[in-house]
Amino acid sequence: MNTKNSFSRFLSKFYVYILLLLLYAPILVLIIFSFTPSRLIGNWSGFSLSLYGALFKDKEIMQAFANTFLVAVSSAVVSTVIGTFGAIGIFYSKKRTKAIMDAVGNIPVMNAEIVTALSLTILFVFAGIKFNFLTLLIGHVVLTIPFVVLSVRPKLMQMDPNIYEAALDLGATPSKALRKIVIPEIMPGVFSGFILSITLSLDDYIITAFTRNTAFQTLSTYVYGVTSKKGSLPPSLRALTTVITLIALIILIIVNINSSDKKEENKR
Amino acid sequence: MRKSSIFSRKVLAVPYAVFLLLFVVVPLVLIIVYAFTDSDGGFTINNFTSFFSEAHNINTLLISVLIGFLNTFICLLIGYPVAMLLAKKELGFGKATVLLFVMPMWINFVLRTAATRDLLFNIGLNGGEHPYIATMIGMVYNYLPFVILPLYTTMTKLDKSLLEASYDLGANKVQTFVRTLLPMTMPGIISASTMVFMPTMSSFVISDVMGERKISLIGNSIQLYFDQGLWHMGSLVALIMLVLMSVTAFFDDSGEENARGGLW
Repeated sequence: MNTKNSFSRFLSKFYVYILLLLLYAPILVLIIFSFTPSRLIGNWSGFSLSLYGALFKDKEIMQAFANTFLVAVSSAVVSTVIGTFGAIGIFYSKKRTKAIMDAVGNIPVMNAEIVTALSLTILFVFAGIKFNFLTLLIGHVVLTIPFVVLSVRPKLMQMDPNIYEAALDLGATPSKALRKIVIPEIMPGVFSGFILSITLSLDDYIITAFTRNTAFQTLSTYVYGVTSKKGSLPPSLRALTTVITLIALIILIIVNINSSDKKEENKR
Repeated sequence: MRKSSIFSRKVLAVPYAVFLLLFVVVPLVLIIVYAFTDSDGGFTINNFTSFFSEAHNINTLLISVLIGFLNTFICLLIGYPVAMLLAKKELGFGKATVLLFVMPMWINFVLRTAATRDLLFNIGLNGGEHPYIATMIGMVYNYLPFVILPLYTTMTKLDKSLLEASYDLGANKVQTFVRTLLPMTMPGIISASTMVFMPTMSSFVISDVMGERKISLIGNSIQLYFDQGLWHMGSLVALIMLVLMSVTAFFDDSGEENARGGLW
């Protein structure tokens, strides 16, 4: 009985870890071969950091890198501000307004990204708006804003409604009560919404491809461009993969620490 | 005093409401209008008839639905046991392992897909020669995390005593799975399926990169119309996807809570 148990335990662990290994294999191979200058993955021609040198000297990639972060941060800021106030406003609205706003707000979540992208393109073409940074920004805000609202709402529901009322009774103006009472209470939700917006924006290809000015490259459009032209990935992109994986790891660790802090607070 | 304070809080949603109206509602209305008009703005059903009169387009539609179903099925088949094992306390996997399954979502999607293609090419699977196999592998790689996360969330919230009760009442493992675990995790399965099915059909990037442009999915045809500036035909295809989306949304009423936000 005992040996049978430990065998199924072994099988369970084996299944999970082998799957993880398979899932990470493509990325791991790129990372390993980012430390050798050979043109293709698979031939190891000695340890070297030359690909990293080439990466940081490549103006096109560095520009795309900077652009990606510019779009991610600016769209996340806009989404977080409008979305947070939106969530608060909806929370205190009448039932019917609430239902309509929630249904409409959920459309970009449920909808295929390419339909959202095309619908925005048609809007801009119809209105005669030239594709520029603003159109791209709007595209990314549409993509990310529902997730801010979805992250903030549970915090509003958990909040004790009496503290806001108490603040008013003690003479605070509504805007002061909002700033001193409501906003601090929902801050963890606002933070999650912001991080979620950043990650969704960083990863996006479809909306970017449709709503950008074609001269404006993000990492996604750049990588798509070079892979469809040259076939296999240019070597310096292997070094880029290492850099991106490191950034992803750092974001995850920050988020994880933040959420375990929250749990500690909830226990108290 | 009270009245005015309630008023001021509602007003906060105005920018959000205006934004939704301008950039979600109006564009969708435009899609519907464009799908049924020609370039002069007159009403027509020509887009509709010309799309469905071409065998090529019907093939695209059928292949997309088929690949969508197949990908959903394979991801569930691989992901369900993973979620089940991760949620089992005795195995001691912990939150870090769950995060490891989700982390690929944080690495650029195009880069990840190209990496998968290059690795497959290296071990002898050429996407140009086997576009369907390569595309399916790319799809499963990309959507597996989206299946594991909602299923894991559902399973951690399960009332485990019901499973024990099932064993106590004499059911064996298979019976317990089919009669107890599967029905209890149905919301997670549905939510996971909606997160895979529609995006699979609309993702033209995976079929382009993995299948070396040998496979055309619905997403690819919208992208093609976009490149050629054929807004009216593009809108028609988008409208078809909107209808499909409404159908899947109808089945999934618990989706939002289990969706991507569930991680933290």
